[in-house]
Amino acid sequence: MTPVEIAIVALAAGGVFFGVVAAVGVLRLPDLYTRSHAASKSDTLGAVLTLGAAALTFGADVPTAKTVLLLLFMFLTNPTAAHAITRAAYDQEIEPWTTDEEGDA
Amino acid sequence: MSELTPLVSDVLIGAAGAFAVLAVVVLYRVASGPTMQDRVIAVNIIGSNTVVIIALLAAAFGEPGFLDVALIYALLNFLMSIAISKFTVERGGII
Repeated sequence: MTPVEIAIVALAAGGVFFGVVAAVGVLRLPDLYTRSHAASKSDTLGAVLTLGAAALTFGADVPTAKTVLLLLFMFLTNPTAAHAITRAAYDQEIEPWTTDEEGDA
Repeated sequence: MSELTPLVSDVLIGAAGAFAVLAVVVLYRVASGPTMQDRVIAVNIIGSNTVVIIALLAAAFGEPGFLDVALIYALLNFLMSIAISKFTVERGGII
């Protein structure tokens, strides 16, 4: 295997790992805010690593530039979308989950 | 690198399959998430997984035309999240 192939396989494996982390977080965490934390960070990192693997396969050409632009776009918009949704939820006064005994939870 | 070795394209297709399975798993949160925002976040994850799947298939099959589809899908996915978060709350700004 050439070094580029090793890098492709490693980036794809890392991306799948962080995708699994995001899915587990969205299924298992207790409330909307913690779930959006898993969605915005883990899922963004998984998508960016996997798109990096895809970009390496094209060599130095126009498709590589397109994939890198797609990567940057995902890197900017995924956390922004999660932030906007979570802020809308906070404005609708959805209560955050807490372990506080004195609270009304 | 114009020709991928079979191992690399197998790895890319396997990663695409793993992301498809993860999208189906996250569908549970879309069906059962108690608030509407839970469902929107889960649908957002499914959309970004779809973008990654399309880009991986473009790389594995050597079809750069799929990348345009992935770009438009990413744009629409972002627009969906922003539009829903905007129109569920009556407020001045968007973000």
